[in-house]
Amino acid sequence: MNAPPKAIAGTSTFLDERLGAGSFLKRNLRKIFPDHWSFLLGEIALYSFIILLLTGTFLTFWFKPGMGHTTYLGSYAPLYGVQMSEAYASTLHITFDVRGGLLIRQMHHWAALLFVAGMMVHMLRVFFTGAYRKPRELNWLIGVLLLSLALVEGLTGYSLPDDLLSGAGLRITQGVALSIPIVGTYISFFLFGGEYPGHDVISRFYSLHILLIPGILLALISAHMILMWVQKHTQMPGKGRTESNVVGAPFYPAFMAKAGAFFLFTFGVIALLGTFAQINPVWLYGPYTPADISAGSQPDFYMGFLEGSLRLMPAWEFNLFGYTFAMSVLIPALVPLGIVMTGLALYPFLEQWVTGDRREHHVCDRPRNNPHRTAIGMAGITFYGVLWLLGANDEISSTFHISLYTTTILGRIAIFVGPAIAYFVAYRICIGLQRKDAEVLSHGVESGVIKRMPNGQYIEVHTPPAEDIAAHIRGKKEIPIIEGGVDGEEVPPKGLRSGVGRLRAKMSKAYGTDHVPFHEEEVEEHAAVGAGEHKQLH
Amino acid sequence: MTDNNIERPEGRVVPARVVGTPPAAGPSLGEEPVHAPPGDPGVVEQDPAAARRAERVVALLFTIAFLAGAGFIASYVTFQVGDIDSTATSNFALGGTLTLALLSLAIGITVWVRQIMPKYNLVQERHAMVSDPETREYVKETFLQGANESGFVKHGLLRRTLLLAAAPLGLAPLVLLKDLGPLPGTVLRHTVWGKPTENGKPRRLVVEGTGQPIRAADFNSPGGILSVVPEGYEHDLNELAKATLILLKLRQEEFKSGTNLNWTHDGIVAYSKICTHVGCPAALYEQTTHHILCPCHQSTFDAADGAKVIFGPAARPLPQLPIGIDDEGYLIAKSDFHVPVGPSFWERGDAEAEARETKS
Ligand code: FES
Repeated sequence: MNAPPKAIAGTSTFLDERLGAGSFLKRNLRKIFPDHWSFLLGEIALYSFIILLLTGTFLTFWFKPGMGHTTYLGSYAPLYGVQMSEAYASTLHITFDVRGGLLIRQMHHWAALLFVAGMMVHMLRVFFTGAYRKPRELNWLIGVLLLSLALVEGLTGYSLPDDLLSGAGLRITQGVALSIPIVGTYISFFLFGGEYPGHDVISRFYSLHILLIPGILLALISAHMILMWVQKHTQMPGKGRTESNVVGAPFYPAFMAKAGAFFLFTFGVIALLGTFAQINPVWLYGPYTPADISAGSQPDFYMGFLEGSLRLMPAWEFNLFGYTFAMSVLIPALVPLGIVMTGLALYPFLEQWVTGDRREHHVCDRPRNNPHRTAIGMAGITFYGVLWLLGANDEISSTFHISLYTTTILGRIAIFVGPAIAYFVAYRICIGLQRKDAEVLSHGVESGVIKRMPNGQYIEVHTPPAEDIAAHIRGKKEIPIIEGGVDGEEVPPKGLRSGVGRLRAKMSKAYGTDHVPFHEEEVEEHAAVGAGEHKQLH
Repeated sequence: MTDNNIERPEGRVVPARVVGTPPAAGPSLGEEPVHAPPGDPGVVEQDPAAARRAERVVALLFTIAFLAGAGFIASYVTFQVGDIDSTATSNFALGGTLTLALLSLAIGITVWVRQIMPKYNLVQERHAMVSDPETREYVKETFLQGANESGFVKHGLLRRTLLLAAAPLGLAPLVLLKDLGPLPGTVLRHTVWGKPTENGKPRRLVVEGTGQPIRAADFNSPGGILSVVPEGYEHDLNELAKATLILLKLRQEEFKSGTNLNWTHDGIVAYSKICTHVGCPAALYEQTTHHILCPCHQSTFDAADGAKVIFGPAARPLPQLPIGIDDEGYLIAKSDFHVPVGPSFWERGDAEAEARETKS
């Protein structure tokens, strides 16, 4: 094709004359996007969000966010004639009387799970590769905000069908709100329009769930994308990749097509799950009443860690000056969430403070090359994971035939010991992997070729590693250490003389010290063997 | 059209030109190749024969997608919903065809990208995000100039009254939210059990669901358990959230000191069903141990000992309701709970101690 077809040429002329789109496209059509499987994780979340908007809009056409009593007269026989709220009745209507309704409802739920899960793994990728470092701290903060909002979005959506299971979640939310000192009762009464459950909460959650929060999410996601676009994506270390370039495929046509395919994959998988993996069969639970509960209620997975921390906490409550401090609710509801979210939000800045590193970073770290960061991340995952597992301790107890109370007590120990062990193990593994890298660089890789020496001894010939593998390994960068005469040689600079300053210098040294520096010698290359197999490595 | 592309590989060597190359009077869009002039080592063409083979695979996948998409529409028309089985059939038909269509399209595009489009290894420069010093200086000057021109700095009265004007307007939205709910008052401290019925009689205990009053003599098997709600409020969710009871029958000698025997009737004891942790219904009962278990976070209460907590995060026993019988032998509430039921809240205070004081 030598000239664009009339339709395209005409439209682009029209747009260019009005918007000046030409110069924008000139700069951006061939924008380079680096490639690595882990860069796709965030896209899962992005595409799930789009699918959530589409399926959610479909659901709003029939859903009635009301708590007024009606008698169910729809086609689901087991509940015919039962008193229920309009919200629950319309959910049943969508499920049984709208063609495709059940499919879309299940896809919406699965997409929500995938949305949060995608965000979480994407965030872990960004954390472990240090991709949150300057100049991307703001985008990291937007990400933390997105994750927090997604949890609220999930919670509000989960409550809407007003079935017995979702009601249990709502009740727990209200109980937690009540426990907040000074304002708790007011928060609960304002949220529910009076006493629990009242007649307002579903319609209020509805407007939060379909308007306010998605609106903010959409705005933040757009900002997230624009920042990524402007700052250009980070890349993995490798041959020809530096801090001042970006290597990969152009947006048009390759990246665009790949992204389109990946959107369709995500969509397809969600459709697959929505078809064959039943989720939240609300018709089995029955309408909500505060007097009943179905045994073995489980929240959606992203709320599991809060459920677990509530279960883990021993009883503790005291009264002071006639007021009640419900610590056994407050601590588990606020502390773990606070630690995780605040920790995530502050980490880029704490790291900068400790290392004194003010440079821009565009090449990702391999997790092993920053052992302390990786260890901290693993400790965090373990902390979260223990709480999450404990959120299902009744399942664990019945599956593995351990007494319920034993699982709780084990959990109480594991929540403190687990992260410490994870930290230590992850740190050692990182150092071990670095040693292996250093060995590959200094001694080459085993070639599988055995050679007989003149003195009769057999040795295996080592060859230098393939060029791109070596480049990938050499991508390790030193972590700066702030100058501070910790060893007492010199007078430390002013900022480091105080207690905090000394601590900072100490942490900086621990965080930055490279225990496995590379010593590259010329590896003797055997002519017959050649330069290792050429492996594709990104 | 796309076929032309494949037939003429030279058209794809400089993909930037594809959209760009304008007609004579066209826009300046893409007048010069942006990246990858012909022969750029960063763009490695696929072998044309392999590309043609891949094209056939892609075409097959796209055709499958077409058929599945058509199948989706056909399923919508064919399969009606209604009962469980027909809904399931419709769900499988719609979902199955949709999945097939989406996935074959996705795989088709992936094959297209990987086996027909060139392999790219293009390099683009990055630039530091920070602007150059002159620009920053210029912006700073402009900012100062504008600030001074506006008079915001010089005219203090203007500045202060503007801030003053903003304050109430900023608060207004918050004030507007006040009517979201009534103030709590003391409603959390009381349940309808303390309110006599319309004809002035004490309120009967009725079975949840059926609404049947309970004759004490009929509830006589030790180990029995019932979920109980107040007569007249069987469908009032707000009241149920506070007043629901768990009614148990134990042998007289099984009770320990925690249970107030004056508040039982012939071994029948009523505790609040609303868990004192965060309010789930504590619905599970283990007959042999007399343990009441809340399924939410597994707080466990000893029904024989005033429902005191023996495990879990709940910090207080389930309050006991004083019960008796009326002249017809039905179970009634003798009074309201003596302490607030359900989860703890800030204003609750040590209600148990207060209750003990008023009694003595
Ligand atoms: S609500 Fe009963 S244990 Fe938490």
